[in-house]
Amino acid sequence: MSSQRTLIHGMILGAFCLGFGMLLVMTNSFTKDDIALRAVEDRQNSLRQVIPDSIHDNNLATDTLTMKNDQGKEVIVYLATREGKVTGVAFETSRSGYSGEIKVMMGVDPQGKILGARVLSHKETPGLGDKIEVKKSDWMLRFTGLSLGNPPPDKWKVKKDGGQFDQFAGATITPRAVVRAIREGLEFFDANKANILEFKSTQTMGASTGKAQIKEAVK
Amino acid sequence: MTTIAEYRAIAREGLWDNNGVLTMMLGLCPAMAMTNSATNGLGMGLATAAVMTASTMLVSVFRNRFSQEVRIPVFVLIIATMVTVVDMCMNAWMHELYKVLGLFIPLIVVNCLPFARIEMFASKNPVLPSLADGFFMGAGFTLALTTIGAVREITGSGTLFADASLLLGPAFKFMEMRLLPAGTGILMMILPPGAFLVTGLLVVCKRMIDERSGKAVQINAAHCAP
Repeated sequence: MSSQRTLIHGMILGAFCLGFGMLLVMTNSFTKDDIALRAVEDRQNSLRQVIPDSIHDNNLATDTLTMKNDQGKEVIVYLATREGKVTGVAFETSRSGYSGEIKVMMGVDPQGKILGARVLSHKETPGLGDKIEVKKSDWMLRFTGLSLGNPPPDKWKVKKDGGQFDQFAGATITPRAVVRAIREGLEFFDANKANILEFKSTQTMGASTGKAQIKEAVK
Repeated sequence: MTTIAEYRAIAREGLWDNNGVLTMMLGLCPAMAMTNSATNGLGMGLATAAVMTASTMLVSVFRNRFSQEVRIPVFVLIIATMVTVVDMCMNAWMHELYKVLGLFIPLIVVNCLPFARIEMFASKNPVLPSLADGFFMGAGFTLALTTIGAVREITGSGTLFADASLLLGPAFKFMEMRLLPAGTGILMMILPPGAFLVTGLLVVCKRMIDERSGKAVQINAAHCAP
């Protein structure tokens, strides 16, 4: 008798699971496309902030290649091209801040000069560490135009460590992490520059003409 | 048939007398974690209210279909489904807000407030009163969270309803106010200690008002996980 009761309870529960599972399937099919669209929009928005619209005529979010950085982590590199020439690349770089990872999206031109850098996400202390957001302070904008040689490598630090970048009052760890993330991003680009530009040329155009064009672009 | 007076009582219970946060002390985790601004509090409150209204209604509809033995798994199933539905809908159509609250929406599943109201009310009452109960309990929760958020935001950042237009649409831009000059706020208020201070003070305020109006202070806090 009791096993029969257990069976009935199981059936009731099973029926509810089935019914609500179907409700979830329906909701998923209604929202799936919009959710995917939002994800692409998000990426395009963050890319637009670091690569000016005027320097490319392709879709940044879809022209990508995946590289490995020196820690073996995969980095997605977004390529900006104009009339077939690479005019800039964008990629994410990250570093642990005061609390949790700080993710930075940065755009670099073929010469290795920073086109722009923005913090995508962070968990730093509000009011102290969050000045790395462009909404709160223009600190992030100062990286634009810099490269590995400008300032020289030993100046790619916050002032407290003998470098040239301002720290914030009450928060040194945060800007230190951001400066380091960006420097590492530049080093990553420098180490993989040939590959990044080459890969593009073999991917989308004839190898010989492509290379010639890339070389021109690099000059 | 439920009379107008009874609905009025349900509304009063949910919004004030038996307020989820300030009297029953349920759902304190989102009430403290998500209220560093009035807008975040409002958004979290509305999401919880939506889940509560839908799940109390569904439980009430099916209240004679499941046996006592399996009611808890069924409640959990219904709440979890509603949370997932709200999560997906917000991701698709209220994306800006989702980016702020996204991490905390799944946590509504473990919020005790919907669970408490389902067990205490919706599983024993007809659909319409249950719907009303879920709605007003959710509204009371929203009210409490928005108030906590507003106090913390004013004292901590000097603004009120900052970024409300992300939540409610560009038409609500007028709600965004700056009450104190930038940089003058007490930082602690938007950090975790501020949440405890403000929640505690609001509970005290509510009890003082209740006492002054001559009502016996109801202490029927039903504690479970935060």
